[in-house]
Amino acid sequence: MATLSILGGRIIDPASNLDTITDLHIADGKILAFGTPPPEFSADEQIEAKNHIVCPGLLDLSVRLREPGALHKGTILSETRAAAANGITTICCPPDTKPVIDTPAIAELLQHRAAEAGMAKVLPIGALTQSLKGEQLAEMGILKEAGCIGVSNVQPIINTDILRHALEYAANHQLTVFLHPQDPWLGRNGCAHEGAISSRLGLSGIPEAAETIEVARLLLLIEMTGVRAHFCRLSTARAVNMVQEAQAKGLKVTADVSAHHLFLTEKDISDYNSQCHVCPPLRSQNDKEALREGLRHGNIHAICSDHQPHEADAKRSPFAMTASGISALDTLLPLTLQLAEEMQIDLMRLLGTVTYKPAQILGIEAGTLAEGSAADVCIFDPNKRWTLSEENMHSLGQNSPFLGWELKGKVSYTLIDGQMVYTR
Amino acid sequence: MNRIQLDNQGRLKHFLGIQGLKRALLIEILDTAASFISVSEKAVKKAPLLRGKTIINLFFEHSTRTRTTFELAAKRLSADVLNFNINTSSSSKGENLIDMLRNLEAMHCDMFIVRHNAAGAPHFMAQHIAPHISIINAGDGQHEHPTQAMLDMYTIRQHKGEFAPLRVAIVGDILHSRVARSDIHALTTLGVSEVRVVGPKTLIPKGIEALGTQIFHNLKAGLHQVDVIIMLRLQRERMHSALLPSAHEYFQYYGLTEEILKVAHPDAIIMHPGPINRGVEIDSSIADGKRSVILQQVSNGIAIRMAIMAKTLGTISEQKETQ
Repeated sequence: MATLSILGGRIIDPASNLDTITDLHIADGKILAFGTPPPEFSADEQIEAKNHIVCPGLLDLSVRLREPGALHKGTILSETRAAAANGITTICCPPDTKPVIDTPAIAELLQHRAAEAGMAKVLPIGALTQSLKGEQLAEMGILKEAGCIGVSNVQPIINTDILRHALEYAANHQLTVFLHPQDPWLGRNGCAHEGAISSRLGLSGIPEAAETIEVARLLLLIEMTGVRAHFCRLSTARAVNMVQEAQAKGLKVTADVSAHHLFLTEKDISDYNSQCHVCPPLRSQNDKEALREGLRHGNIHAICSDHQPHEADAKRSPFAMTASGISALDTLLPLTLQLAEEMQIDLMRLLGTVTYKPAQILGIEAGTLAEGSAADVCIFDPNKRWTLSEENMHSLGQNSPFLGWELKGKVSYTLIDGQMVYTR
Repeated sequence: MNRIQLDNQGRLKHFLGIQGLKRALLIEILDTAASFISVSEKAVKKAPLLRGKTIINLFFEHSTRTRTTFELAAKRLSADVLNFNINTSSSSKGENLIDMLRNLEAMHCDMFIVRHNAAGAPHFMAQHIAPHISIINAGDGQHEHPTQAMLDMYTIRQHKGEFAPLRVAIVGDILHSRVARSDIHALTTLGVSEVRVVGPKTLIPKGIEALGTQIFHNLKAGLHQVDVIIMLRLQRERMHSALLPSAHEYFQYYGLTEEILKVAHPDAIIMHPGPINRGVEIDSSIADGKRSVILQQVSNGIAIRMAIMAKTLGTISEQKETQ
């Protein structure tokens, strides 16, 4: 029986409302006890965690591993290793790999390779329709049996009749649907938030309504079909409002936001900075504030990295010609900590948005240090200041608009099922 | 943005966009161009300013007239000019822009005149180019066409003298127009009293009022008492999309006719960046009429481009000498 004690750290477990300095003992890959260990317990190994915060390993609702399909951007090994180095122990992988996760073979391949790497728990999200084409339903039942945690189409399903049936069928298999709200037509060729800045730069715009129209259509269909639904990456104030109103009416929808939408706005693209080319686009200051408030009031439940690593060349072109997305595993925790400071939210509450709340969205038992739960643990130094650089990024992709930012908080140890997968 | 186009003493190193340039610099360019007008009128149309320099026309989008005026301008300054038409060469073979830049750099040239369909492409190239090479933007996507704006300003000054009292209307497809954006920046920087954009809602970009313009959807109201009318070309493909019902209806509401022109100031001049669509955005009789300065714009374009080339390469050469 492998045993481990984490000594003298500040234990924060948002799920059980615990914030105290004490010891934590682990046995057999599970949390055994806090404080004084049971009399028969002896630790094989000890971690000195003084001046550190000990919290549940982070859950990230959207990580592009790039495998299979784009190994020059990232691999399961490279990206799960980067996750481990940043205290992230569970990650969801959207189905838009190449090939798409629309067969059990691909879902199993992902989990198999992830298990081989042993650096993070990888939960594939299956396709809602075959090849994500929005035409024929994917084999959702079989995908669920093959380990898919939910289903998503990533891109919009244009035909509302097919969308309705896809949601109904997902509901039939008790699958959570992950919805990316973007109208298929509005802003179709756009690459920036439609407004004064995109107009000045001559970049095709993506209007706010591209998001809100789709949120409206989806909310009505969620109500109609009774599916358990989650909105991915809200980016506009009005969409936050709409989701809030639906929740107030009793609809059980959840939502997340990417860390970068909480820090950056359309202004950040104004020198054609391709590192800020993301989808949905960076919106206005007002939108950013509303996303933060949505998080404060609990209408937005989780922060995710929306990690999308790219090779350097993918970002070295004129703005509209570059690939969208940010390599974001390396900044999820420090940005979350910075947000707590900037918004003066209790750190425990905010850590909830990257631990037990995403676990609730997924309907899994994770993201907590409660006795008996899996010992997925992140131990970090909250006061360690460092500057993000290409050299210290762990992901294979170094495409980050936060390069050069001074960040606070660095992971020292990461445990999965009681096993040390990262030591600084 | 665009700070990259100036050196640390505020002189032009590249010419990427009007946005961010100071009034004094724009006036300086207009004054330099005035001194070059005489070169174009001499029997031997050459000044030796850029002798020994190599200038490459790098056109990723088809253009005859803009490319030709740049070529003429370069030759009148005694530079050697090469034309690269990229549609037919390497970009279709998948070579990326950076690799292409490195190759062209290796040919020891001094300046690239760039036209590209992506907004910000010349800006991107300026960020990655060797420090001794100047980039001039000859039109990037829907962003800017700064040399066109400068020749427009030159033509306006030629006819109107002072900028301050002027009301200027820019009419047509503002949404897709890089000329409109550059003109707006230039006019507001030079301090005209009013810049109006006139067009149907489908062709007015969101938030354009933030650039200091007033929006009009009615042509008659938009042209009321204006001193300068800049008509924009309506691309044929716009007529076959959801933006407009037909060329016929567009002309009915936004075409410039003698009748509608009566609301403008009696001395108003009519401008157009060309090529014009007769009967789509402008009546033939107006395009050829006495208030039209369209052909003068073309002639002025050569002197303006000479001025901009001389200024940017002048800065770069001086930098090289002091190093």
